[in-house]
Amino acid sequence: MRWYWFDRYTEFVRGKRATSVKCVSLAEPHLHDHFMYYPIMPHALVIEGVAQTGGLLICEYKNCQEKVILAKLVKAIFYCEAVPGDVLTYHAEVQYMNENGASITATSHIGDKLHAEFEMMFAYLDHNEFGDKELFGIKDYKHLFFNFHVYEIGKEEDGVTPISIPECFKNI
Amino acid sequence: MTIDPEIFEKVRATLCDALSVDEDEVTEEATLVGDLGAESIDFLDIVFRLEKAFGIKVERGELFPADIFENENYAQNNRLNAEGMAALRERLPFIDLTEFEKNPVVQEFPSKMTVADMCRFVQSKLG
Repeated sequence: MRWYWFDRYTEFVRGKRATSVKCVSLAEPHLHDHFMYYPIMPHALVIEGVAQTGGLLICEYKNCQEKVILAKLVKAIFYCEAVPGDVLTYHAEVQYMNENGASITATSHIGDKLHAEFEMMFAYLDHNEFGDKELFGIKDYKHLFFNFHVYEIGKEEDGVTPISIPECFKNI
Repeated sequence: MTIDPEIFEKVRATLCDALSVDEDEVTEEATLVGDLGAESIDFLDIVFRLEKAFGIKVERGELFPADIFENENYAQNNRLNAEGMAALRERLPFIDLTEFEKNPVVQEFPSKMTVADMCRFVQSKLG
């Protein structure tokens, strides 16, 4: 099993913004006990899905050369609950980026209804943090971005030009 | 260095947003860690917000010069010696090191930083 908490991107503007969808299904084991007779999508996993949506946007912009981690959940406000059958739409916008990390604002919607709002901060791990060990290899990243349809629907920073596949993903 | 009231107000707003504290808690004398509850990761958030608010660039290690703290000529058993303190004073002239100097344990350094120190840091960056 892989730790995927959204299903695909529907919008991906390199280094700027991204929209993804997450289909909530009763087939997901975590809903069986959260809660029995009243299954709702755990807010912590919504946060993880939003963090993945924004974090991968930043990671791709940095050519997968940085270890991007969620460093701080600045704000998370939930207005309602998501239940099986709902389709959550996550939207993340990069607010700021420097050589140490990046911040985003994000929302989650169920249809037109605002489900939650977020502010998150991502940091780049020190390259020496794990010695020579890599958290993810370039093949893992390629797998992620292609599974999430980034290079089918993505755009360059101008929001118009179709996104190019980075050199690091070619020939592997 | 006198603190510019406009800079203080912007730093105060930044700290209120980053640390979820009330305006009246953010006084010049308040320490970021002890009084305002900042944790290590909050410093990254604060730096982001200061860069954005003031249009400045803060290099990695500029507020916490690890090269001094980790230099064995300057620090032994996690305590800065006189040469280390002199190097720190030269590197961070905007920070009041009086309190830190009384017990210069490296790990204690961030906890001594005050709101006034942050204001003077921003002022020094703005020239």
